Amino acid sequence: MSGQDLVVIGNGMVGQRFVDALRARDPQGRWRVTVLAEEGRPAYDRVRLSAYFDGVSEDELNVHTPHDGVRLRLGEPATAIDRARRVVTTAAGEYAYDALVLATGSYPFVPQVPGAELPGVFVYRTLDDLAAIRTYAQGRRVGAVIGGGLLGLEAANALRLLGLSTDVVEFAPRLMPVQVDQAGGAMLRRYVEELGVRTHLGVATTAIRAGADGAVAALELSDGRVVDAELVVVAAGIRPRDELARAAGLPLGPRGGVLVDETCRSADEHIWAVGECAAVDGTCHGLVAPGYATAEVVADRLVGGAATFPGADTATKLKLLGVDVASFGDAHGATEGCLDVTFTDPATRVYAKLVLSDDAHTLLGGVLVGDASAYPTLRASVGGPLPAAPLALLAPEGGGADAGALPATAQVCSCNAVTRGDVDDAIAGGCADVPALKACTRAGTSCGSCVPMLKQLLDAAGVAQSTALCEHFDVSRRELFEIVRVRGIRTFSQLIAEHGRGRGCDICKPVVASILASLGSGHVLDGEQASLQDTNDHFLANLQRDGSYSVVPRIPGGEITPEKLIVIGEVARDFQLYTKITGGQRIDLFGARVEQLPQIWRRLVDAGFESGHAYGKALRTVKSCVGETWCRYGVQDSVGLAVALELRYRGLRAPHKLKSAVSGCARECAEARSKDFGIIATETGWNLYVGGNGGFRPRHADLFATDLSTEELVTLIDRFLIYYIRTADRLQRTAGWIEAMDGGLDHLRAVIVDDSLGLCADLDAAMARHVTSYSDEWRDVLDDPERLRRYTSFVNAPDVPDPSITFAVERGQPVPARALTTTRSTPADARRQPVTLGLPEVRR
Amino acid sequence: MTHTTTLDWTAVCPLDRLEPNRGVAALVDGVQVALFHTVDGLFAIDNRDPVSGAYVLSRGIVGSRGGVPTVASPLHKQVYDLRNGDCLDLPGMAVARHDTRCHDGIVEVRLRREG
Ligand SMILES: Cc1cc2nc3c(=O)[nH]c(=O)nc-3n(C[C@H](O)[C@H](O)[C@H](O)COP(=O)(O)OP(=O)(O)OC[C@H]3O[C@@H](n4cnc5c(N)ncnc54)[C@H](O)[C@@H]3O)c2cc1C
Ligand code: SF4
Repeated sequence: MSGQDLVVIGNGMVGQRFVDALRARDPQGRWRVTVLAEEGRPAYDRVRLSAYFDGVSEDELNVHTPHDGVRLRLGEPATAIDRARRVVTTAAGEYAYDALVLATGSYPFVPQVPGAELPGVFVYRTLDDLAAIRTYAQGRRVGAVIGGGLLGLEAANALRLLGLSTDVVEFAPRLMPVQVDQAGGAMLRRYVEELGVRTHLGVATTAIRAGADGAVAALELSDGRVVDAELVVVAAGIRPRDELARAAGLPLGPRGGVLVDETCRSADEHIWAVGECAAVDGTCHGLVAPGYATAEVVADRLVGGAATFPGADTATKLKLLGVDVASFGDAHGATEGCLDVTFTDPATRVYAKLVLSDDAHTLLGGVLVGDASAYPTLRASVGGPLPAAPLALLAPEGGGADAGALPATAQVCSCNAVTRGDVDDAIAGGCADVPALKACTRAGTSCGSCVPMLKQLLDAAGVAQSTALCEHFDVSRRELFEIVRVRGIRTFSQLIAEHGRGRGCDICKPVVASILASLGSGHVLDGEQASLQDTNDHFLANLQRDGSYSVVPRIPGGEITPEKLIVIGEVARDFQLYTKITGGQRIDLFGARVEQLPQIWRRLVDAGFESGHAYGKALRTVKSCVGETWCRYGVQDSVGLAVALELRYRGLRAPHKLKSAVSGCARECAEARSKDFGIIATETGWNLYVGGNGGFRPRHADLFATDLSTEELVTLIDRFLIYYIRTADRLQRTAGWIEAMDGGLDHLRAVIVDDSLGLCADLDAAMARHVTSYSDEWRDVLDDPERLRRYTSFVNAPDVPDPSITFAVERGQPVPARALTTTRSTPADARRQPVTLGLPEVRR
Repeated sequence: MTHTTTLDWTAVCPLDRLEPNRGVAALVDGVQVALFHTVDGLFAIDNRDPVSGAYVLSRGIVGSRGGVPTVASPLHKQVYDLRNGDCLDLPGMAVARHDTRCHDGIVEVRLRREG
């Protein structure tokens, strides 16, 4: 085989994976590859397509890698295959092949209902489809989705993100009928409806009606109801794109698709099919994991290998609208004589079902709704014994099913078909951490849901996982803190020379910067320290998506005089800043360019404001309610305490940002229990809660101490904070810090209340130093011409504003010009990716 | 990626305007360039972060990965090789790099554009 021609039709996810796999196996380039692509852009991540509505750019979705010896013809669809002459025709010419790979994917199926062709009716498959939906949605208010499966729910979420009130119409009596059973579907429906998406189940769409303007206006349902819809997305299933194969006379599967055998070869020995267009032994697979498997098989065969299709893993887990849904194996219990174990908890709204073999020894499949934490282990256990007793697996806290009990054949990563045996081999071969395992086995590189299991397998193999901060330091943040403190080190250069290697990076430098700041080594922008800060700390402002910064003055306890309020308004007006009152009782000013920051601060500082540290891993805010001063329920002065705490801890640098709140009574209007430290007033004193946080994994704080005097309270918080700062890991919030502590809350109590380690005097002294040495960082910059020099747009044109920062106007205020076209009125919780398979891939 | 050198050297600023191990942005013939002075020398790459589209690479943290001098995007933290602009986290992603030198205490840049 020397210098043969290979033509690939289709550059979707699987087509691209095929080319990558072939190139990896054919380094000498024996195959000259031509890829014909219908779409005008190279392969992108269709699985994450909906993230486009969440502001993710086309660039970020890109999955295409250029290779030597592969030419990609974009926007040039194949129009015919001549099997006798072995050429593929396009509008631009002919391509001869020795081997032809069909990777044409699927097209969305649109049922034949009257009105399906009306303007305003869309399908949901390509980036162009999504762009068209977004444009059309502008200024419209109601939308509907036909189809309540995985894709339909994803589309419904997209419409919701676009600000449309949304209905979903599903023919089956439940949502996600393919993956989920009746009871799971009912639970799912409650979640979905709670988000304001209305569902119509067990009904068909009989017609799509036009309005006066000729565009779509409503759906007619089979039960006679009419649902208003100015925009309709049809997500009623997909059909394989087999038209070229059909015209070329190739045999098709019983439900369409290019019929191929387990080697993915068609009836014509020169033609292969991969991905969604392939009917492997008669069955088409609409998921990317089996598609990738076909790509690997054909790549292997084309270099003389003997791979065969391993069978499809149809397990799916989706994170949709904030709801965990997972389904794997024989989810519907189709196996003869099988048994079900189900668990329903209406209070926590969790539903789980395991399907077991008739002797209850073998796990066949299952469904999880509401909490899918057990999914990775369960999926990998399908076909083998249960890794723990069923109830232990299903109970909410029981997600800790032990990966160590899995057999070697269990599939750990289904996206890339990696078994436990593969992972163990890699560990035996020297892989000592998750990144190494990812690089070596590919496990965890697609949807990421198996990453926790990789960690467990490393543990099971007895590999002590490195606590090294990064490649430059072998120790953890906590150990580094001790080194710096005990040895009295004051610079990064000295620290890395004596205790590390290399030049540092964006992980260790900010950690060291924070440690130096906590130990009172001067202004964060002094000397070498300046080069360690990430951009927020470097410019003492928050970097925003368009490269501009936000400015957030401190407003302790949210209490502000009319004069100061007016100054903020004037500054915002004069610098044309977008102004928003935030949940942290701050007024944020957005859209400042670097060179404007000092001018803005000058005005604010002169009016008595100081930096609110919204940019730092530092104390952000102490929220408060109005308390006994105004509220008829209040039993203590919550505002006074909040102001005092905020001033005491302002500027305190920590491993992560810190938030606090004070409520004047148990009604908890300040939401103190969702904070790192929260205080609630009682008739008899203050109650202190610790370890709560909002955000990605919300957690209520635990009650730490009760009936405290103000003095006792402050002492405990002082110690809590300093102990946290000294001993937490990088980016570990207080909740995770306490959870990871041996002995947990009791241990913490022993250390900071009973002084079991004899540390308290030291902790108190450290906080006292912080309090007396505070000075406002903004003012310090304004007073220092050297530091001020940094605040220029361009070093050689200091007065030229950055031309890339431009604004449009939305609701009467400036917003980044770009954002208008990427995220239109996205609700705050929609920052979460609408759908990913498994957990979102974790970026460092 | 192939590059062609299109322009002459442009004087940008005195060397001592560059803080060690920290970047600055410069405007060279209408192009936003991120300039760095690290222990490994002077480097110039495009200021545009290709992932976010914002012009911010000059504000990233400078460091090294496996001996390679790097800068991390301040927005989403992808790391770029300062010598050639390659992204070390996203295969196939890169930013243009430009020539730079220090002449009589003045930093000069020569743009390279894709050709
Ligand atoms: C919104 C959405 C969400 C999804 N979510 C998930 C998920 O969570 N999990 C999961 O496993 N799967 C999911 N999928 C399915 C997954 O994206 C597909 O299984 C996968 O993309 C199939 O890859 P493919 O390469 O076979 O087909 P495609 O990615 O469709 O690529 C086929 C390409 O071939 C081109 N083509 C067709 N005919 C021709 C021709 N004649 N000439 C040239 N080019 C041609 C097409 O234009 C297309 O670009 C989702 C799909 C969508 C649309
Ligand atoms: S928490 Fe209590 S005191 Fe504070 S506002 Fe609410 S009801 Fe009033």
